[in-house]
Amino acid sequence: MSGEQQTDRRGFLADGARVVGVVSAGVLGGYLAGQRGQAEENRWQIDPDKCVGCGNCATHCVLDESAVKCVQCFDMCGFCNRCTGYYTLDGLDSRDTAAEDLLCPTEAIIRTFVEGKAGQNFYEYTIDTDACIGCAMCVKGCALMNGSLYLQVMHDRCVNCNECAIAVACPSDAFVNVSADKPYRLKRIALGVMRQKAGKSDTAAQKLLGQVHADE
Amino acid sequence: MSSRTLPSRTSNANNRRSNVAAFARRWIPGVYHALASVATSKLWITGVCHALASVATLTWVGDAMAAETPELMFPVPEFSDHPIPTATVPEVQGQIAPLLDVAILFAALCLASYFTLVSRSRRNVLLLTIASLLWFGFWRQGCVCPIGATQNVALAVFDPTYVVPLTVVAFFILPLVFTLFFGRTFCASVCPLGAMQELIAVRSVAVPRWLDHSLGLVAYIYLGAAVIFAATRTGFIICRYDPFIAFFRLGGNADMLIFGSCILLIGVFVGRPYCRYLCPYGAILRVLSCFSKWRLSIPPGTCINCQLCEDACPYGAIHPPTVAQTPAARRRGKRQFGFALLAAPFLVAGFWWLGTTLAVPLAQWHPESRLAEQVRLEELGVAETTTDASDAFRGSPRSVDDLYQSALTRRNDFVTLGGLLGAWTGLVIGFKLIYLSVRRRREDYQADRAGCVSCGRCYWYCPVEKVRLGLISDVSEALPDGRTPGGPLVQLTVGGKKP
Ligand code: SF4
Ligand code: SF4
Ligand code: SF4
Ligand code: SF4
Ligand code: SF4
Repeated sequence: MSGEQQTDRRGFLADGARVVGVVSAGVLGGYLAGQRGQAEENRWQIDPDKCVGCGNCATHCVLDESAVKCVQCFDMCGFCNRCTGYYTLDGLDSRDTAAEDLLCPTEAIIRTFVEGKAGQNFYEYTIDTDACIGCAMCVKGCALMNGSLYLQVMHDRCVNCNECAIAVACPSDAFVNVSADKPYRLKRIALGVMRQKAGKSDTAAQKLLGQVHADE
Repeated sequence: MSSRTLPSRTSNANNRRSNVAAFARRWIPGVYHALASVATSKLWITGVCHALASVATLTWVGDAMAAETPELMFPVPEFSDHPIPTATVPEVQGQIAPLLDVAILFAALCLASYFTLVSRSRRNVLLLTIASLLWFGFWRQGCVCPIGATQNVALAVFDPTYVVPLTVVAFFILPLVFTLFFGRTFCASVCPLGAMQELIAVRSVAVPRWLDHSLGLVAYIYLGAAVIFAATRTGFIICRYDPFIAFFRLGGNADMLIFGSCILLIGVFVGRPYCRYLCPYGAILRVLSCFSKWRLSIPPGTCINCQLCEDACPYGAIHPPTVAQTPAARRRGKRQFGFALLAAPFLVAGFWWLGTTLAVPLAQWHPESRLAEQVRLEELGVAETTTDASDAFRGSPRSVDDLYQSALTRRNDFVTLGGLLGAWTGLVIGFKLIYLSVRRRREDYQADRAGCVSCGRCYWYCPVEKVRLGLISDVSEALPDGRTPGGPLVQLTVGGKKP
């Protein structure tokens, strides 16, 4: 067999393989495109009803400072004087604001007096999102009471990893994929409250609801 | 304090909705506030908290199902002049139009192919490499990339319930098609992982051929495992073991940083270790590149067999011309080919069997299988401690039997899947043996079709290329002292020095 013939045959084989390659790439692309209506990006989010506040969110995110932060659902909060999300159990008694009496390691929870009513003082607990590191200490604490504090992946920070590093580490399988236009979740109970609030033409609630994915 | 008492996980609560709940709803807040104010013992409070929390659970879930206004353990107070605020959450950021992403990838691929094949400019290739590293790596933070997209595509093919974004499909397919026409120009200057290694490959040593070939197989096994794990939703291992994502994001967990640093360190001495020995996408591109329509060729004219380019390629991708074979050697080659062909089916069968025996360790990659194992150990009383995952499971409505059942099904699936992975491994080894036993004739120095990443470094060294560019007027000017054109026939030692 002459060298030229061999080259010819090789060229022919390569041509054939290339055509097969391009066609199968096209078929694959077409199949996957046909499988879905339109492109929509996914985002990672925490289902707050599943989260057990293990603390992995603070430590496993690929970002230095986790993309996960705490959110206060005020419509579920009791505004308690003795807040188990704010104070450690020792702190509950003394109720002073020394760091060792506070649950939050970064003092990211701001306690403001609101009103005294029927012999009780009520306080509002707001999260300083910049300071919060998503450690879930307060979430676990608050779970003993109303459970109004919950964690969320903040989408101004999250870089939307193909496989979220926290999702891999989450013990309660709480990470879910939501679509990018409604990338947040609420607790099931809060969803009802928020809808009511939005019904009373509360713009803030309407805005939040617009960002919240609800799968019923 | 246990973490199991998260309220809303309780099931069947509406059955248990009772007078207790009604009672609790009315009385507990007041009672709690009163009691708590006199209580001093920590333990005591813990107990009360637990008790109250569990009562609250009943109340809540029942309410959520039954009424429009769920009442909480401590109702939200109504203030005289303080409306209850609503928390705000930030908008999605860092999202650019998906189409733009694809367009940029397409443009980068076009430029890369143009620079390597048409303008033959190593400098431009290098500039594009840096630009890609900055854009796809540091700016877009490495996601989504074609390498990882392999898994999304695999999952979408095997699991129709998963919808894969079109951007991801485009990212997966575009470089493949480009490779079929232009060779691995994607690897040269578009892939951010390749770019990272390209820039640090400064002290490359030659890897022995046998080692190079054997390590190269790892990438195919990795590809097989990644597809199987993605298709079964076990995990996206390519993303988990992405070498440089932690660098792109300027932070990451310790494992990622250590792994990435190791690859970088090795990469200084062994050119592109990830691309050559691990990258699953590179494994696909290697195959496709063998059939590419056009590809990089080192001398723009006739090769003068000076061997300069072979020394220049940090990736061992340049083959010297072959010497004529003796009839005895040719017969030996034919025998080797025959053996390789015969061995292939046995390799496939053998590795198939081996793969089926790996079902248990493979299934353990799935978090649920690990959980089932832990729960089983706890039930048997063998486990010393519980884990976060088993605690969370016990707090959930799911039954142990259900968990076991699903873990068992998965294990059975992995007998088949492990077998497939084994067969794939056998097939790859078989192919490699056949490929190695086929001799190809080369008259001059040529870049390996599969291994060349089209980086264009060799251009910088080739005297013929220098003449073309008008940098020198005669090839002899570019040859180091004592070296003459003529290649391997003139036995010259390089002496470790590069021009
Ligand atoms: S305790 Fe942790 S999660 Fe809660 S506000 Fe502080 S840092 Fe954030
Ligand atoms: S997707 Fe990535 S950036 Fe976002 S929370 Fe998970 S690990 Fe962090
Ligand atoms: S890892 Fe999971 S369970 Fe742990 S805090 Fe984050 S979401 Fe909650
Ligand atoms: S372009 Fe040249 S130097 Fe670069 S990988 Fe290919 S053969 Fe090696
Ligand atoms: S440097 Fe150029 S001329 Fe020299 S062997 Fe390589 S391709 Fe041939």
